[in-house]
Amino acid sequence: MIVFHNVSKEYPRTGRALADATFRLHKGEFAFLTGASGAGKSTILRLAYFEEQPTSGEVRVSGVSSTEVRTQGEVARLRRKLGIVFQDFRLLEDRTAEANVAFALEVIGTRRDQIAPRVNRVLSQVGLASKLKSYPRELSGGEQQRVAIARALVNDPVVLIADEPTGNLDERATRGVFQLLRDINTAGTAVLMATHALDLVRSTDYRTIELDHGRIVYDSVDATPPAASRALGELT
Amino acid sequence: MRIAFRDALHAVRKAPLLSALSVMTIAFSLFAFGLFGLVALNIKGVLDTVEERVEIRAFVADGTPTEDLVRAVNEISRYREVLSARIVTQAQALARARRELGEFSDVFEEGVLPASIDIRLKPGSRDPRGVGAVASRIKTISFVDDVRYGEDWILQLHRLRNIAGATGVSLGLAFAVVAVIIIGATIRMTVLARSKEISIMRLVGATDAFIRSPFLIEGFAKGIAGGIIALLLTWGSAATVEHYLNFKAIFFDQRLVLFGLAGGALIGLLGSGYAVGRHLRRV
Repeated sequence: MIVFHNVSKEYPRTGRALADATFRLHKGEFAFLTGASGAGKSTILRLAYFEEQPTSGEVRVSGVSSTEVRTQGEVARLRRKLGIVFQDFRLLEDRTAEANVAFALEVIGTRRDQIAPRVNRVLSQVGLASKLKSYPRELSGGEQQRVAIARALVNDPVVLIADEPTGNLDERATRGVFQLLRDINTAGTAVLMATHALDLVRSTDYRTIELDHGRIVYDSVDATPPAASRALGELT
Repeated sequence: MRIAFRDALHAVRKAPLLSALSVMTIAFSLFAFGLFGLVALNIKGVLDTVEERVEIRAFVADGTPTEDLVRAVNEISRYREVLSARIVTQAQALARARRELGEFSDVFEEGVLPASIDIRLKPGSRDPRGVGAVASRIKTISFVDDVRYGEDWILQLHRLRNIAGATGVSLGLAFAVVAVIIIGATIRMTVLARSKEISIMRLVGATDAFIRSPFLIEGFAKGIAGGIIALLLTWGSAATVEHYLNFKAIFFDQRLVLFGLAGGALIGLLGSGYAVGRHLRRV
């Protein structure tokens, strides 16, 4: 699904953002990316949706490799298989919830008669069937994020990439949005979610990948937690 | 394509002031260019009128038989550069001199002025070299005594035309470049105003070609609208000059009007294409 193989990313001005990252997100899996600000979580996500190219190593998403992709058209076609959600929702303020979701289908040339049923279905799925005609300013933060999730889901993505999706939400809305992401995952969509909300991480047994200064320091799939490692080191 | 048209219309409705500003910017840039074009066109018109008076006069020997003159005129008329050639008899030459000199008309007596063949040249052959070449050929005719064509005057006229032409092209290019820069900057503002929309389009998998299309439609439409307004302003200016200065100005013909509108549309199209392309490369 998503494969990072020895991936490093350096920026000319700020230096190394990611160092030698290797992990694999499987089909239908849910994984958290955790770590302090600047640890490299968003860099991993940007690399995963090919917003950026790695300085070295290879990123492979749904069969498309960063070493082979050449044109913007290829990236565009890959993104149609992904759903991407951000902390700041990124909705168009002058369009209704319905139009915001439909927008994602229109711009990839979906047939007109297919748009309305799919938009209605996905807005119902996120619990906003009654707010189709509402503009973003008329919705709460949690509702706006649900519209953004609906937009990400409407193309039936194989993986949902979420960058701090609960970062701007209160506790109640956070729980609601997180439950929605869990439901989406249960239905078969893989989820890669960057978050600061350790309460959410601890409340589940989902896989956790922890980053520190651009390095993966912990992966619950194949490693012992860093704190435990340190404790073991002190004992030996 | 339907979505591209709808998005273009949506963008205009969403930011009517910005859209009006870009249309007016295109209009005034093209208006400045159009005014300059109108001045250049009228200067060219005046110079063309003066140039039409370029004439070669071949004076013939007294007593040349009329048949020889007719034969020579027929031959000269066949020259590629020649528009017309006609015989001016001694009597006609005298009448013309008296007509042109007005109060001094009585200084000429009959038989003083020689008969001649007067030759007018086609446009494009009225430069010093063309005129000189035709004059040299005519000089070889046995009964031609002398050939005159106001060499210095033609040289001056040609120089004036060259200066006017070079100035026109330079100023025209400068105006066009300034217009393109101003229009490009205005269109860039409209692109920046929609940068969020562009970034979302990219995230959900729109191709760059798809993202560009509404901007190109918008730029094309604004270019046409700006071109029409510029044309009306230029026409109004020409009419005002005619009215107050009592001067019959030459206005653009149909071909130039279409050229101007196509120019406006092209500037709008290229300006939009460039601005959105640059934005897409940066984000």
